[in-house]
This record gives sequence, C-alpha cells and structure tokens, in this order.
Amino acid sequence: MATFGSFALLIALALAAYNLLAGGIALRLLATGQAARISPERLADTARRAGIAGFIAVSAAAFALIYSVFANDFSLTYIVEHSNRALDGKYKFAAMWSGQEGSLLLWAWLLGTYGFVLRLLHKGDVKLYAYAGTILAAVQVFFLSVINFAAPPFALMKGAIPEDGNGLNPLLQYPEMVIHPPMLYLGYVGFSVPFAFALGALMMRYPGEKWIKITRSWTMVTWLFLTCGIFLGMHWAYAVLGWGGYWGWDPVENASFMPWLTGTAFLHSVMMQEKKGMMKSWNVWLIFSTFLLTLLGTLLTRAGLVSSVHAFAQSSIGTWFVVFMGLVLAVCIFTYVLQRDHLKSDHHVESLVSRESSFLFNNLVLLTACFVILWGTLFPILSEYVVGNKVTVGAPFYNAVAIPIGLFLLFLTGVGPLLPWRSTSMRAVKRNFVVPVIALWAMVIVAYIAGARPWHDGKFDTGAFYALVGFAVSAAVFAAIISEFLRGAGVISRQTGKNLIAATWLLTRRNTRRYGGYIIHLGVVIVVIGLCGAAFNTNQEQELKLHDKLTIGPYTLECMGFSEDSNANYNSAYALLDVWKGGKKAFQMTPEKRVYLASGQPQTMVAIHSVPEWDLYVVFEGTNPDTGQPIIKAFLNPLVSWLWAGVVLIVFGTFVALVPNLSPATASLRVPATRETPEPALHGGRS
Amino acid sequence: MKSKRGLSFWIQTAQALALVLAVCFTLGASDSGTRYTELDHKLMCTCGCAEILGECNHVGCTFSTQELGELRDGIGAGNSDKVILDSFVAKYGAVVLAAPTKQGFDLVAWIAPFAVFAAALLGTILLLRHWAAGRAQLAVQSEAGSPEMDAIRDRIRRETGDGGN
Repeated sequence: MATFGSFALLIALALAAYNLLAGGIALRLLATGQAARISPERLADTARRAGIAGFIAVSAAAFALIYSVFANDFSLTYIVEHSNRALDGKYKFAAMWSGQEGSLLLWAWLLGTYGFVLRLLHKGDVKLYAYAGTILAAVQVFFLSVINFAAPPFALMKGAIPEDGNGLNPLLQYPEMVIHPPMLYLGYVGFSVPFAFALGALMMRYPGEKWIKITRSWTMVTWLFLTCGIFLGMHWAYAVLGWGGYWGWDPVENASFMPWLTGTAFLHSVMMQEKKGMMKSWNVWLIFSTFLLTLLGTLLTRAGLVSSVHAFAQSSIGTWFVVFMGLVLAVCIFTYVLQRDHLKSDHHVESLVSRESSFLFNNLVLLTACFVILWGTLFPILSEYVVGNKVTVGAPFYNAVAIPIGLFLLFLTGVGPLLPWRSTSMRAVKRNFVVPVIALWAMVIVAYIAGARPWHDGKFDTGAFYALVGFAVSAAVFAAIISEFLRGAGVISRQTGKNLIAATWLLTRRNTRRYGGYIIHLGVVIVVIGLCGAAFNTNQEQELKLHDKLTIGPYTLECMGFSEDSNANYNSAYALLDVWKGGKKAFQMTPEKRVYLASGQPQTMVAIHSVPEWDLYVVFEGTNPDTGQPIIKAFLNPLVSWLWAGVVLIVFGTFVALVPNLSPATASLRVPATRETPEPALHGGRS
Repeated sequence: MKSKRGLSFWIQTAQALALVLAVCFTLGASDSGTRYTELDHKLMCTCGCAEILGECNHVGCTFSTQELGELRDGIGAGNSDKVILDSFVAKYGAVVLAAPTKQGFDLVAWIAPFAVFAAALLGTILLLRHWAAGRAQLAVQSEAGSPEMDAIRDRIRRETGDGGN
C-alpha cells in the first residue's frame, strides 16, 4: 500500500503540473488570440480533466494512508509515530492529521476536492472557471511537491519493523478531534477558491461583479467551516486541556483566527462592491490577504517558528512555505499593478454617519484585530531578532489589547444595520437608537445588581469592567436586531394579515442574506455574552479523602471514592463525586485521569455539568505524592454554554443566508370584464 | 433647531446616567482576587507547555510546582510584585513573563496596536470626508449645469408645455 500511495502522489503531482501548464498556455492563447496547432478551448478542457483526474489520484493516496493506519502497517514511519494496534477505530482516522505529513496530505486532498467540485461546475462561466482551476492547480502543485519531496507520508521505516506503534497523541484522542481538524482545514483550504476566482477575474479583467456573486457561496461555506472548526477547537481545549478555559491565545489558535477575521471583513465589504461598486481593490486584497494568512498560519504552526501547546506536527518545511508565500505575494502584486485600472471604484459616500461608513469602520476594526493578533504572534520572533531577547506574548497582552477592539466591533455590529445607506438624519437616529440605548442602560443596571461590578474592595477589576461593557453593548445590539426584525415583520403582518411569527418567517425568506446576517449577528451577541462570563470564573483546589467536601458556588462536592480501570489503550483513575445543591444530592461526577500505554503520556478527562447559568467543571489532577491523597480542582465558569448556543445560531444564520431569496410569485386573478377595462394581471408576493 | 434640543437632552440624560452609575460602582464591593492569583497569571510555566503558570495542570509538572513555590516564598517574604517578577526574570529569562514589559523595546509591542488602530481610524475618517466632499462637489456642479443642459431643459419645457409659452 505504501508503494501505491507514493505512486498515487506522484501521479497527482504530474496531473496538477499538467493542469497548470496546459491551462496556463490555453488561457494565454485565448488572451492574446495567437494561432496554435491545438484549439485553446480544447487544451483548456484537457487541463480541466487533468484536474479531475488529479483529485482521483490524491484521493487514492489519502485512502492508502488511512488503509495503512487501519492495517497497522508499521513499515511506514508515519504509522509507527502516530498510531498503535489498540487505538480506537475512529481515532485511526484522526491519525491522518495528527502528524506533519498526514495533515499536508489532508490539505492536498481537500484542495483536490474543492477543485473537483469547481471543475464540475465549469459551465457557469467556462473562461473564469478555467482561470480559477489553473490557479488552484498552481497551489496544488506546491502542496503535492512538499508532500512528495519534503514531508512524504509513505516514508518507510529504517531498520527493523516494530511490532507496535507509539500511538496517537493523547490530546487527540477525543471525539471532537475526529472532526475539528478537518473542519478547520476545510476552512483554510476553502479560501483558496475565492482567492483563485479573485486572481483569475483580475487577470482576465472580468467585467462586472459576477465573480463576486459566484464566490459568495464558496466564501460563506468556507467561512462557516472555519467558524465551526474554531469553535470545535475551543470546545476540545475546554474539555481536554483541563485548565478551565477554551481560548489561550496560543499561536495555533491565533493562526486560525486571523483568516477568519479577514474573511469576515471580506464578506461584509463585498456588499459594498455589489450594491455601490465601491472597494473593488480593497476586496481583492482582502481575499489575497486571507489566503496568505492561511499559508502563514500553516507556516507558523507547522514549521516550529513559534512555541505552541499544539506542538504535535512540527518539522522543517518552513523554507518551502516562505518561498511559496513570496511567490504568491509577487504574483498578486504584479497582477494588481498590471490590471489596477480595471478596479476603479465609485465612491458614493455622502456622510460619515451612513451604512457605507459603518462597513468601512467594520473592516477597519476587523483588520486591526487581525493585525494585533499577527503582531502578538510574531513579536517574540521580532524581539529576538532586534534585541536578541525572546519574550512571551500571552493572554494578558491579548486581553488588554484585543478585548477593547472586540467591544468596538460588537458596537458596530449593532449600529451598522441601523444606519441607512447614503446619509442619516437626526430623526432616523432617534427612531432607530432609542430602544437599543434603553436596553444598554437597563443591562448595565441589571448586570450591576447581579454582581458584575468593576470595583472590588476599592480596586478596579479590568475583566469585570470589560464584561459589564460587553453585557451592555450585547443587550443594545440584541435590541437593535430584534427591533429590525419586528419593524419589517410588522409591515408584512399589516399587509398580509399574518401573525408576527409567520410574518418574520416571510420577511426572512424574502431577503435571506440580510436577515440571515442578522441571525449570525444575534449568534455573535450570544457568544460575546458567553465570553463575558469568563471574567467571573472561580475555582477551588483541594485534596479530598473519602467523604471530604469541597464547596464552590452553590455546589458541594463530596468524595465517594476513587477507582481504577484499564483497557488495551490506557489505564485510568477516576474520582466518584456526589454533588449536592440546596441540601439535596443533585448528580454524580467522575473526573478521570488516563495514562496511555503506548506513549506513557497522561491525559485529563474533565467532568462537566453544564446549565445556562454556569458550568461546574471538575478536574482530577492526580494524587499528592506526599500524602497519597487525590487532588480535585473544581471551577465554576459562568455562561459557558452560551458560547456553544451562539455558534449554533451562527451556523443557522449562515444556512439562512445561503438560501436563495423567495422570488416574488406571479398570480393571475380573474375579475369580471367591463367594457373599458381589460382583464388585469396582478403581480405580488405569495400571501 | 428642534433636533438640536433633542440631541442635547439625550446627551444630558446619558451624562446623568453615567454619573449615577459611576457613583454606584464606587460603592460596590465583592470577593477580591488574591495577590498570589494575580501574580501566577502574570507568569508562564517554563516546562514548554506554553501555559500560564496558574493554569498549568500537568500531572507531575515539576516546573510549575517549583515556580509556584518560589512565588509563595516571595509573597511570604513580603517582597513587592516588581521584586518577585524581577527575580523570576533573572532566574528563567524574560520568557517567564506572560506579557512583554512596558519598558525598552517591549514597549513597542504595546504601542504598535493602538498606533495602527489610531492611524487607520484617522485614515478612514479622512477618506470618508474626501469621498463625501467629492460627492458634494459633483452635486453642486450637476445643479449648476452647463449651457447645453440649460438649452435641453428649455426645449423640454417648451415641448411638454411645462412653463413654456
């Protein structure tokens, strides 16, 4: 199977190279109108077919690797390092992306899959799709070259073949790890498609905004994958790492967040191009930057440039990525300089206070946030280079710098949709802002009464202050969005006689993009409320003997015993804790500590009891070597479940935004004919 | 005029509310974080896990246990925060601090984000004003019109009987 896999990868590389060369020549011939022995259209079609065949070849290689994992083929170095016989079946899939070589193969396979779909849909616009397909082939040539020559997944073991492997990193042996990395990669790789369309449209001086419409769905789906990938990663970190949090500003987390920010900025600013013909150059550069950031993220985390808790897939492929990024940047700049006159925009801005300006400020804030994260991620390298002193840029830096920017962005999320296009009158400001401002101050008072106080014993608590502002602005944005729904639904309700819920449904279906967007904003608000809860986390750590008690918040944990278990993959020790609330036994929790046999590495399995107000999060930290007593650490983390609820709403909103608008139905109505009036036809919405 | 009065009313109301809340906040008091917790969140575990010292929970991580012990000793000895943090830097290097200091080159780390944000904000405002001014100028030019446009307008009026003779 190793030979088959290696051969499939070589064929895939050859096909991608043909796709790039033949596609490039065909498009050049078409652009210049030069005569050739073969028709450029036919040559372009052979390139397209090579792309499809390349997908089959890279799929075969991916299958070969998965097969080798399941077959316990320890003649392959990769399988020895990332799997073992006792590994659970579902985690054998995860072995594919647990290492450098496998994760690059996953990248190439996903890129091949996206390219396959794109090439099947080529009839939408043959020439533009040919450009996009050729650019994707160039990206694929890079990844397949790295896989074939720098990080081969089918490299054979030197010396004797071991009986068993080292096993999968214990951190990855968790259900979410089976879907989190592919989801994240679908997001990363997916941005290659809008990038290819943007660059292709610029190269061919594509008229109008059609390419934006074509890529809109691709970008939204990609953005959705990346969003889900990020949140799944947060949930995994929360449930597995055992430190009570979900976001540690680790370089790998930052690497996924940066393209998300620029991708979000792109999704907003393309609306300006579609509606007003503005920001054409900006949009092209946003998508170029997003693609480059996905490459930079891979470089940062896979090449070992920065230290990370996700240190399971590092190697020395950095040079390959630096060269490729340099090439991509050079091609982008060259194409832009050559064709920039094609991107002349109209600037229909009449006022600083308008929907147009809110989009600009939204982009400004998103990109500033991206810069802050990039700056913080790269500063240790910069500091070492400039003053020879490596420093750490951790959570305190990001919390101090990124949170105020995030709150400003949240504020714009609420304000933007309330501002009309072109300019805003004082009357409109009053009409639209009264309810949100009331909601804001009402929330300040409620949150204060509930205990969100920025002063403790005369000391200012920055976290609590940000949380209070976050709650208040969230309430204002929530009120603004709901009032937008109610205003529109009220009009439809009056026109059609439908109740408010049915009218809201109809309103959403008539403009899915707008109201889907509002639902996504509602999801963001709920996520922010969840994030604000982190300011009030509390924890208790205690050694617990039999029937000892630990109290945190309204809960009392009573130790009912400890036990041990083992299977072929790991040994585990766990605590049995009865949880009492309000004088009654409420439930039982069993936090666990595992030691994996193949690697000898320990792993925490946190016990979590989640309710809307908070999570009771209990970690079995191990036993005190001096006393032999187990140590239990309990956290009370307010509002964490809101995070996961918010992301569900974001996913729902994205699906709504992807659904086409309800087209106005045309109905004929027969009316009694009169001498003067012919039979009329009525046109209107479905009612 | 009416809208100006309305605006000042809202501003005054907001100011009054802000004042009331500020007074309320200063009266508030609840649980305080300990100095120990504050400091262990300003330091990193040096075992290579890239986690905040107070949040490193690796079983048998001797690094964090040792660092936490040193922190406890420092606080117990009555040392100031600065002295404690300096002693950690002297022993483990600057990487032990969870965030750059606000001195020397490290200060750049803190200034750059806000400087970029301020510059981008100013740039955006100036750009918007420039676009808005260009738009207004176009509107004025279009209103002023040209002799050819005036002639066409006169002809339209004559032929449609709108204000013609």
